[in-house]
Amino acid sequence: MFKLLPESNPLAPAVTVVVNGRSVAVPQGCSAAAAMLMHGGGSTRTTPVSGEARAPYCMMGLCYECLMEIDGEPNQQGCLVIVREGMHINPQLGKPGVKP
Amino acid sequence: MQTDLAIIGAGPAGLSAAISATAAGLKVVVLDEQPVPGGQIYRNIETLAATRPAHLQWLGPDYAAGLPLLRHFHECAATYLPMAQVWQVGHDGRVYYRRNVANEGAVGIVHARKVLIATGAMERPLPVPGWTLPGVMSCGAAQTLLKASGLAPDGRFVLAGSGPLLLLLAAQLIRAGRPPAAILETSYDFWGALPHLPGMLGLPGYLLKGLGLLREIRAAALPFYRGVTRLEIKGRERAREIEFEVDGRSFIEAVDLVFLHQGVVPNGNLALSTDIRHHWDDLQKCFRPELDAAGRSSSDMVRVAGDAGGIVGAVGAAAMGEVAGLAAAADLGSIDAAEFESRAAAARQLLTRHRAARPFLDRLYRPRQQWVAPTDPDTVICRCEEIRAGDVRHLVAAQNCPGPNQMKSFMRCGMGPCQGRLCGLTAVELIAETRGQTPAEIGYYRIRAPIKPVTLGDMAALDVPSRHDAVNP
Ligand SMILES: Cc1cc2nc3c(=O)[nH]c(=O)nc-3n(C[C@H](O)[C@H](O)[C@H](O)COP(=O)(O)OP(=O)(O)OC[C@H]3O[C@@H](n4cnc5c(N)ncnc54)[C@H](O)[C@@H]3O)c2cc1C
Ligand code: FES
Repeated sequence: MFKLLPESNPLAPAVTVVVNGRSVAVPQGCSAAAAMLMHGGGSTRTTPVSGEARAPYCMMGLCYECLMEIDGEPNQQGCLVIVREGMHINPQLGKPGVKP
Repeated sequence: MQTDLAIIGAGPAGLSAAISATAAGLKVVVLDEQPVPGGQIYRNIETLAATRPAHLQWLGPDYAAGLPLLRHFHECAATYLPMAQVWQVGHDGRVYYRRNVANEGAVGIVHARKVLIATGAMERPLPVPGWTLPGVMSCGAAQTLLKASGLAPDGRFVLAGSGPLLLLLAAQLIRAGRPPAAILETSYDFWGALPHLPGMLGLPGYLLKGLGLLREIRAAALPFYRGVTRLEIKGRERAREIEFEVDGRSFIEAVDLVFLHQGVVPNGNLALSTDIRHHWDDLQKCFRPELDAAGRSSSDMVRVAGDAGGIVGAVGAAAMGEVAGLAAAADLGSIDAAEFESRAAAARQLLTRHRAARPFLDRLYRPRQQWVAPTDPDTVICRCEEIRAGDVRHLVAAQNCPGPNQMKSFMRCGMGPCQGRLCGLTAVELIAETRGQTPAEIGYYRIRAPIKPVTLGDMAALDVPSRHDAVNP
């Protein structure tokens, strides 16, 4: 849904993370939610109430729409977590810990 | 950790307060949940200036103006704790926080003699049918991605809503070579704002800047619809099209993304959770803390500065922070009253000019009633618990529900992880409209710490006193 602008980080190195099981490069210092918006397709979670598809909304820590699974840990606020080399980022489906 | 002044928020208000308070001899700790200082307006400015200076041009001079402020902040003696989410402030001066590093939650307490809340602003929600679909985000989110990571929307997108930030984002994206397919403006009232124009004259540069933005947008020749009366985003698993009405005519645009905005309001949960007195501001259409000119609240411990205390804009926020930092130093006996007066004089004058300019902007983009109290019953208002506008209206009418706190005992509106941040004002407006009362009479959710999710393990690690001891004076 989002793309790097040209000359985006010519001087800053990229970090490799694993989004939905696929290794991808993202700019250093970006959030896990931003990595999802670049490489994760549409939705990043389904709601525990009705199973609706959702995606990050505010990108500043308010709405909790970016709850995702990071390095196996559910319920992480993806827009506030900065990527690290090798980080595994996955959507969160339904209630955390309950696999549909 | 012990300190004289704990400041929550490293935006213009918090940073300026840290600079003035340390200069006046206080020991200061600044906590912020972001990885780098700067707040919303100056987000990531230092890294961006160092790694992709070309983007400074697109983001504009108001953004670049953050660089000297950050340099002063680094030079001052304050201790800075990044990625620290504050979830509780006690009237005993304890500030509870959690470092938000993946898989390594570490909790801590700062013991302060005074606490300054500078948590800034958030965007007022614009609940319209389909706004929960993936592909719909806030304008602030788009701007955050631009500043923090150099990411721009991919595909066809529109900006919808109202307020100066929507126009600023449009101009920034046009300069970046990614113009929106259209701008749909929902609220704008020049004639209503006109009587407030004299207040703007103290800041002629602002008026010119606003006109300059509009000129840039006009020059890009993209469709700009003013006076939109209906908005609906459609799609199954994600946003595919946006339907809207202007002057009784319907339009449809195919979209990959939609960015919504409806002005900004105080990001108030932390201040609200301390139980300091708040009141309804009818021009800004939000609740704000009751403060004196130096940011002191109804609690001796807690102060508020910047947009968290009522929207004043970035320069006004910095001025207010500077005054609040000096006032804390004066209250703690680090400088005397005469010293306070002379050091704070310039910032106070600047703040007065910025406060005087607000009503024009507030009135110009004051959201129309239909956009704060959705008329379509199926519009989701509480994104967390999937409560719809019709559910609230029905409850109020059928059960004579008097306010948002009573509503919580009937339905889970406002009880999800966001703790009412995205539905609070909408719920209040809906209840007020249905009951024929004012939002001031209805009141807001009672917000209780912790205002960010913490685990029982976190609490146990800190030996947290019971809620009552920690929160109430
Ligand atoms: C998304 C967004 C984008 C904006 N962009 C612009 C712009 O480009 N130009 C402009 O003129 N104005 C902009 N504004 C308005 C702008 O926020 C202000 O005028 C200015 O930044 C206010 O400064 P401040 O210091 O009061 O708060 P902010 O700059 O908002 O700083 C508040 C800080 O507090 C931190 N914080 C909040 N809650 C907690 C907590 N519980 N624990 C720890 N830290 C916390 C936040 O991370 C943030 O860094 C924007 C507002 C928003 C919401
Ligand atoms: S996107 Fe809103 S909290 Fe992360």
